[in-house]
Amino acid sequence: MYIKTMAEYAANGETPEVLFWVGCAGSFDQRAQKITKAFATILDKVGVQFAILGKEESCTGDPARRAGNEFIFQMMAQNNIQLLNMYGVKKIVTACPHCFNTLKNEYPDLGGNYEVIHHTTFLQSLIDEGKIKLQGGGTFKGKKITYHDSCYLGRANDIYEAPRKVLEILDAELIEMKRCRSKGLCCGAGGAQMFKEEEKGTIRINADRGKEAVDTGATVIASNCPFCMTMLTDGVKESGKEDDVKVLDIAEMIAQSMA
Amino acid sequence: MRIVQELLFVILFAAAVYLFSKKVRQIRRNILLGRDKDLNDHPDLRWKNVFLLAFGQKKMFRNPLVAILHFFVYAGFLIVNIEILEIILDGILGQHRLFVPVLGSLYPVLVGAFEVLAALVLAGCAIFFVRRNILKLKRFISKDLDGWPRSDANYILITEIVLMVLFLTMNAADQALQARGVEHYAVTGNLLVSGLFTPLFSGFSDGTLVLIERGCWWLHIVGILCFLNYLPYSKHLHIILAFPNAYYASLEPKGEMENMPAVQQEVQLMLQPELAANAPASDTMPKFGAKDVFDLTWKNLLDAYSCTECGRCSAACPANITGKLLSPRKIMMDTRDRLEEVGRNITANGTFTDDSKTLLRDYIKEEELRACTTCNACVQECPVSISPLDIILQLRRHLVMEESNAPAEWTGMFSNIENNMAPWKFSMDDRDKWAMEING
Repeated sequence: MYIKTMAEYAANGETPEVLFWVGCAGSFDQRAQKITKAFATILDKVGVQFAILGKEESCTGDPARRAGNEFIFQMMAQNNIQLLNMYGVKKIVTACPHCFNTLKNEYPDLGGNYEVIHHTTFLQSLIDEGKIKLQGGGTFKGKKITYHDSCYLGRANDIYEAPRKVLEILDAELIEMKRCRSKGLCCGAGGAQMFKEEEKGTIRINADRGKEAVDTGATVIASNCPFCMTMLTDGVKESGKEDDVKVLDIAEMIAQSMA
Repeated sequence: MRIVQELLFVILFAAAVYLFSKKVRQIRRNILLGRDKDLNDHPDLRWKNVFLLAFGQKKMFRNPLVAILHFFVYAGFLIVNIEILEIILDGILGQHRLFVPVLGSLYPVLVGAFEVLAALVLAGCAIFFVRRNILKLKRFISKDLDGWPRSDANYILITEIVLMVLFLTMNAADQALQARGVEHYAVTGNLLVSGLFTPLFSGFSDGTLVLIERGCWWLHIVGILCFLNYLPYSKHLHIILAFPNAYYASLEPKGEMENMPAVQQEVQLMLQPELAANAPASDTMPKFGAKDVFDLTWKNLLDAYSCTECGRCSAACPANITGKLLSPRKIMMDTRDRLEEVGRNITANGTFTDDSKTLLRDYIKEEELRACTTCNACVQECPVSISPLDIILQLRRHLVMEESNAPAEWTGMFSNIENNMAPWKFSMDDRDKWAMEING
């Protein structure tokens, strides 16, 4: 497998079908890199022609904007839009709900209009088209899985069913937490909280959520966001269950189960 | 004697309407102190929200049992008000049950239905009173409500219970008088709920019965006129403002943060200086974010007056659940309190005279703002389409852009994004390291 950049495509006078927007977490965070690799592997296996921006990609500006720094957001956004428009990008897929939300909802006001798809929705359409086939039984067959709704995919953009549909083909037992879908509990990282200490309270948000997930008795917590991944992994550790309960991104679960 | 009563009624009624409309104008003036924002697009979608959220109480049904009780109180309140039309006309014209000859046999059916609703309102309010004061549900014992807000809630419930009891007692006494053929008391036939209690009045003399009936009639209508004037000072104003608030609810995806065209333009000129020649010059320094109620939009201020302090937002807020200082309900209560203070200042002085106070810090602390994860749970939960998050984000913008006031870690994050194009201090060259590992 060879992952091409937009620049390489452009040099050959070609445009790929879809741009894979990796995001900062997916690029630099060691754990999230595994999600990035898993998703790229799936795209490659099913024959989706895709490119990344590589070194040309920048932060979408999401954490800066939500922390209140509109200047930095605008600088990132306008630079990114210039680049995307220069390459004539039409369709973007990303494994980060924060990038997804910003690219989809906030870039149009600044002149960036693209079809933006979160990777779980993209995976669902690949499944619907029959392009993703699982190996006999699948790695997760019969296992208990609980799914954590990320705020930026769920409440922010009303996407609740696509990730669950993807999990269905794994033939696992999906157990819902009490706080799920539009009542889901945040992992604690959104709104730039990822980048600072939590304010003083009685318990950390990720510890509360981690415990709730562990208490379902599931052995796998499925997530769709690199930030939720970090927070939930820490949360599970805090409840002392890191040996029994794994936090996995939906893309990783599909990649592991594919034929 | 009759003419005295009519005159008294007309004076009371006119005074109540005058006082109410005066206060309403003040509230309207206060709301319009907010920043302008055009929310008149897509009227079809907006009306749909009014029907689903305000009339249909869609969000309330996230908790079906409470929703049904609230629906009784709500439907009862709306429909029993039709009965008040007859009471007002009777009062002005010195008549008794003006609609009996008009509606004929339909009259007892209609009033009977109102009585059933009145009984449901009574039951609903009684259960709500118990939930607040005896069962002490978590969202009602919160310190957000200490003092006036808790009393306010109880006054509303008690008033509604008393008004319904007066209404039913009046009808029961009325039927006893009808049965005796007392002059002036038109025969309505048996009324569904109050009819059950009429036998209790059999031992009273005609005079006592008239006294009870008239007493209840006057207390009921005067109570309603007083309650009308209590509304604008109370969280109960939501019964009116829920409707416009649903109409003006945001139609954008919840994750979308409002753009700042002023900053957009400035950054654009920075990135493309060649555009500067054609850029319109501006003399005034734009303000970034919100420090006080004037900097918020009029929708934020309408939100504040629409909040009924139910606390569903705070009960769902991850920061609040885990013991942080942030409570979205308190954000809304603070905004209203500050706006009322500003309003009183304007009423007293003609224009706003600096009182060296601001919404930020005098009401809402930095620590509260810092705890928000922007998860949108508060926005999702609010039955009347309030967004505490919108206010939080505007106050954060003020802190960061006007005061350069951010926790050290955020300042580091900002400079990392600015210099390394990522919130972490990694080299830009390593951004595709993972791909290089795959490509080999």
